[in-house]
Amino acid sequence: MSELLVQERSVVVPGESLAQGMDFLPGDNAYREKDKIYSKVLGLMSVSGRVIKITPLSGPYLPKTEDKIIARVMDITISGWRFDTATAYSAMLNVRDATTRFVKKEEDLSQILAIGDYAVVKIVNVTSQNLIDLTMKEPGLRKIVGGRIVSINSQKVPRVIGRQGSMITLIKDKTGCDITVGQNGLVWIKGTPEGELKAEKAIKLIEAKSHLEGLTEKMEKFLVESA
Amino acid sequence: MIVNKETIAELAKENKRLDNRTLTEFRQPIQIETNISWTAEGSARVQIGETVVMAGVKLSIEKPYNDTPDEGGIMINAELSPIASPEFEAGPPGMKAVELARVVDRGIREAKAVDLKKLCIEPGEKAWFVIVDIISINDDGNLLDVAGLAALAALKTAKFPVVDPETGAIDYKQKTDKSLPLTKEPLPITIYKVNGALMVDPIREEEKAYEARLTVGSDAKGTISALQKGGDVALTNEEIGRMVDLALEKASFLRKELTKGLKLKQ
Amino acid sequence: MVYNKRVDGRKIDELRPMEAKAGVVKNANGSASFKIGKTWAIAGVYGPREVVPRFMANPRHGILRCHYTMMPFSGSGERIKPGRSRRAQEISMVMEQALAPVVDLSAFPNSVVDIFVELPQTDAGTRCAAISAACIALADAGIPMKDMVSSVAVGQVDGTVVADLNYNEESYPAIVSDIPVAMLHNTKEISLLQMDGEISKEDLLKALELAKVATEKVYQLQVKALKEKYAVNNEDN
Repeated sequence: MSELLVQERSVVVPGESLAQGMDFLPGDNAYREKDKIYSKVLGLMSVSGRVIKITPLSGPYLPKTEDKIIARVMDITISGWRFDTATAYSAMLNVRDATTRFVKKEEDLSQILAIGDYAVVKIVNVTSQNLIDLTMKEPGLRKIVGGRIVSINSQKVPRVIGRQGSMITLIKDKTGCDITVGQNGLVWIKGTPEGELKAEKAIKLIEAKSHLEGLTEKMEKFLVESA
Repeated sequence: MIVNKETIAELAKENKRLDNRTLTEFRQPIQIETNISWTAEGSARVQIGETVVMAGVKLSIEKPYNDTPDEGGIMINAELSPIASPEFEAGPPGMKAVELARVVDRGIREAKAVDLKKLCIEPGEKAWFVIVDIISINDDGNLLDVAGLAALAALKTAKFPVVDPETGAIDYKQKTDKSLPLTKEPLPITIYKVNGALMVDPIREEEKAYEARLTVGSDAKGTISALQKGGDVALTNEEIGRMVDLALEKASFLRKELTKGLKLKQ
Repeated sequence: MVYNKRVDGRKIDELRPMEAKAGVVKNANGSASFKIGKTWAIAGVYGPREVVPRFMANPRHGILRCHYTMMPFSGSGERIKPGRSRRAQEISMVMEQALAPVVDLSAFPNSVVDIFVELPQTDAGTRCAAISAACIALADAGIPMKDMVSSVAVGQVDGTVVADLNYNEESYPAIVSDIPVAMLHNTKEISLLQMDGEISKEDLLKALELAKVATEKVYQLQVKALKEKYAVNNEDN
């Protein structure tokens, strides 16, 4: 006789018992011990068919291939740049992956990207030791100039983007800003100072309230009211 | 929030900032709590914006220094604990912590804020020695000013511990209601020059964009008791004059906030 | 049984009043404040992040590193000189061992999770408070953990087995035993066990049984602190 021990969408702590019985299966961030399923992280519980998974409320970003992230140049080497990705792992961008134009051997790389510069880049490879290779050659990838970068927990990125990008589009429309969301939790906002501040507040609001019901209504209300 | 230095500099030129403050506004509310640590003779927790600092006062009885046999002593120590920022490292205080402690110390000591002669118990033999320890809990900019405010709040509300009249031993578990002989209320205010404009109370990001800064320690009468210039860019006399004026104005503002904060406790 | 009325009037299995809050240090990835009686610990978690010094990195999984610090004005007597004391080093190490059994850093090779604990005031039970605070902070940081760890001291005072000794009990003029314990919630396994003083084997086993009840009370508070941060009615969060 299998049964859920917690209500769906409730906040659970690590080690909390979620379900009893062999009918359920442990999904993301859940594990089975004997006939019970437990949470492995602080998060929201959800059930999909027989699979119980936990969506973390916060947590470190795990680099994945194809992810677009925002990172900061911390070192320039002979072959390219080393980036701080706001994780435990630095990333390498080779010169040949930085730009489509031909770069001469003696060229000063800091003219393209200097130490301290931020850039929107894409992860092309992650090794077993979590070493990361980047590219900046695809459309949409570039050095960041102007605007501001907001740091949120990477676990909230899907909520900031929204289904089919609906949430981020709403914020862009109402604030008039260009917004680029990095999967590692860094978000680049560019617009007027007032617009940027409003967008920043909106994104911080999502980060704080995304686990609650009615997020879209809350956001619409906030964006319209603080016009 | 992370910003390019250029953005902060551009905004500053138009008298704008990343949040809706003016360049000369402190973050609000300013939270001041005292007596937060029962083991300290005096203590305070100050929060301005997201910057949080705790300060504690400990008293001990020591032999006075040879050259000042009728005086006690005071020392300020600061720890930029790694709990407060990913940029602080564990271990002995680095340059930033040392500078912070020395500037706050200078402001209090040079203002003769604590009457060291009144700390004397027996000339040449015994005197009270005061040590203020400042611990950063969260660094979101302007640690020095917040630390100075916390140190002053702790000193103002500190009480002497009970001393056994026979043995002379200190009973730290019991406090008298006698306060420290505080004659002045020195506060440090740091003014930052950003793209030609003068700014106070920067957040952590804004601190990275300054050309020069000037910390001015002053007391309620407007007498300057400490100065510390930082940053790579030089300042003109005229700029220094303006920075001092602004610092005195802001010190007066923070002193009012401190009075408000202490009254609330009552 | 000579000691049948505790110095502060508590029952033998009663803990001092406790308070816990998650998310108190904004820069940290996770943080918590934990107070038990007059002992107060503030924990901040940073990580997983790059390991410095590099030679400490483990290529198979992330490492946990605890840094326990009593603020200079937090001792019950004189000022404590800043700097790493041996006691602080030992406590930092046992803290790591108390938390290690539940923390899973296999997904983060060559990284470190640093836990900083600062104590503004103390009245016995400091390492226990530090561990309890650290565990809330780790969960707050989203670090994968198979269970929570709760910690409190048990022991005996003059023949009576009690929970959560305060300073006056630790220094009671009789035979005393102070036993800091940390326990995993689900399995009741013990991840921290130390002892100062003297105790008989029977009393030790009684004390460890009492630890199950005592740590459960700490656990309830840790869970409350975490869930409160995300409560539906916490609208001004």
